Amino acid sequence: MSQYLFQQLINGLALGSLYALVAIGFSMIYGIVRLINFAHGDLVMIGAFATLGMLFYGTPWPVTLLVVLLVGALAGATIQTVVFRPMLGAPQVTGFIASLAVSITIQNSALMLLSGQPRNFLFPEAMRQRVSLGGVSASLTDLVIIGLTLTLIAILFVIVYRTRLGRAMRATAENLMAARLMGIGVNRTILAAFAIGSALAAVAGLFWGGKFGQIDPLLGSVPGLKAFIACVIGGVGSIGGAMLGGYILGLAEVLFVGLLPQAYAGYRDTFVFSLLILILLIKPSGLFVRHVEERA
Amino acid sequence: MSKSAPETITMGTSGGGQWLAAPLRIALLIAAASVALWLVTAGASAYLTTLVAVMFINAALAVSLTFTNGMTGMFSLGHPAFMTIGAYVAAILTFPSRRKASMLPDLPEFIASLDLSLLPATVIAGLAGALVAFLVGLPVLRLRGHYLAVATLGLIVIVQGLALNWNGITRGGAGLSGIPRLSNIWWAFGFMVLTVAAVWRIKFSSLGRAMMATRENDLAAECTGIDTVRIRMLAFVIGAFFAAVAGALMAHLISVVTPRTYSIVLAFNLVVMIVIGGSGSIVGSVIAAFAITIVSELLRPVEESFGLYGMSQVIVALSLILVLYLRPRGLFGSDEPAFVKHYLNGKKRL
Repeated sequence: MSQYLFQQLINGLALGSLYALVAIGFSMIYGIVRLINFAHGDLVMIGAFATLGMLFYGTPWPVTLLVVLLVGALAGATIQTVVFRPMLGAPQVTGFIASLAVSITIQNSALMLLSGQPRNFLFPEAMRQRVSLGGVSASLTDLVIIGLTLTLIAILFVIVYRTRLGRAMRATAENLMAARLMGIGVNRTILAAFAIGSALAAVAGLFWGGKFGQIDPLLGSVPGLKAFIACVIGGVGSIGGAMLGGYILGLAEVLFVGLLPQAYAGYRDTFVFSLLILILLIKPSGLFVRHVEERA
Repeated sequence: MSKSAPETITMGTSGGGQWLAAPLRIALLIAAASVALWLVTAGASAYLTTLVAVMFINAALAVSLTFTNGMTGMFSLGHPAFMTIGAYVAAILTFPSRRKASMLPDLPEFIASLDLSLLPATVIAGLAGALVAFLVGLPVLRLRGHYLAVATLGLIVIVQGLALNWNGITRGGAGLSGIPRLSNIWWAFGFMVLTVAAVWRIKFSSLGRAMMATRENDLAAECTGIDTVRIRMLAFVIGAFFAAVAGALMAHLISVVTPRTYSIVLAFNLVVMIVIGGSGSIVGSVIAAFAITIVSELLRPVEESFGLYGMSQVIVALSLILVLYLRPRGLFGSDEPAFVKHYLNGKKRL
């Protein structure tokens, strides 16, 4: 395999890891409360600035990672408790509108507090070197991002499929009323889903800053939208689908830019969103979900 | 939002004791508004005149969005995309042909040599917006669930990307400036009146009832023989037509359009207007659009003097969340205020 193609693949997987982290939370939240959470992308921004803050005080990276997870979980839980819990049971559209309002509030508050000036941070020198893997080489940053993402996703799968909490989440996603009748603390379960999903998005923010080196208050809006596309690719509401969708989207995006002439690079986002409309045309239920019949 | 469908109203029936036939009452209302507008703008500064014109266009936008979202129960955020399309199409058509040759080299010959006046350019712009809406609606609107929200957000990004990169036609990030100022406050006023009249007529017709039935329960609506996909498509395409026309008029009012002029924030502000006015209420949307345009214009100097850019957006967003808590129906729910219906339709006060 040529070095160029290999580099593109690693790039695509690293970008796909970021999308997967955001998409999984998006999908969990949609699966449980049928809410398209437009504010989910802004958790990425919160995670990125939390990282910046920790680095300012010279916190070591492993601690920073834990703190960012915690900050994300707290932010997600707060948003759910303050805004979305009182609206549980309201029409779906109310939730979308509220989440749009949350997103606008977070972005503009960040603009007011932190100013629109982009800030920089990078992973330490040791992580920015390249490692060679039998003839080809890749940057350590990308490999660490991919590795940590897969680890986090593995932990998530254990939580969702091997613990009581996970079972409660799956039951609530299946049927909220029935889950409540079975004695599941539905409010607590929803809160947990928001917290876990938001923590993953915040970590994506840490990776985002480390990989691209620059963060600003509006950083989260495009990844948030692309996470939704990743969900649609994999089938909205499915965690595994969201993960695969994230990787497919990341690879497709990088290969689109990498393999076509430079002149098309500016059309990157146009391409990604056209992909969404194309998938809705061909296979709206997602690539990895069998078709579910709609019932009254 | 358990909205009950508004009672059916027959247009133009002037019952006994009415002092004027319905069409005359409507004409009288528009005439009175025109005179008031003429008196207000006669001595007003250019700034105030433009502000009022923008207010009218915002009201038309809010009404057309409440037509798509409020009355048919969809959640489109695509208005900025359609406005951008309308603005670029119309501006390219009305631009003086001698300047087009140098500024926009990639235009096809037959467009480059055109010098259209505002009216045909706006209509073509509207049709272009409607066509794009049709193409997007084709895959998206046949799906259950709210894919439209994200698909239309995606459309904003797609349109922005095209406008940014298609240099020979759109001049990229610089945008089109020096667009002839063909539009003015009267165009904006006329457009608002036209939009309100069209949406009002549709709302109180069988098509409007089919739209509201689709909103309340699309399965039940299909069981009564309504083709809900067709209804959604109509509502989406008509809404997009008005949005594109609004974009065209706005471009010819402020004489500039860039790829980022109409962004997601605008879509959000329009959603705020229709939620506060009452989703599906025409009069409510107009009132809310007026109020929000004025309030955010008043807040602007405050924002600037404190250097707190973004503050007015935060205030708008937080007040929206408050409205959703305290009065999710907005001002008038899906209905029109009784006195307006009474005046226009000649029905007894309820």
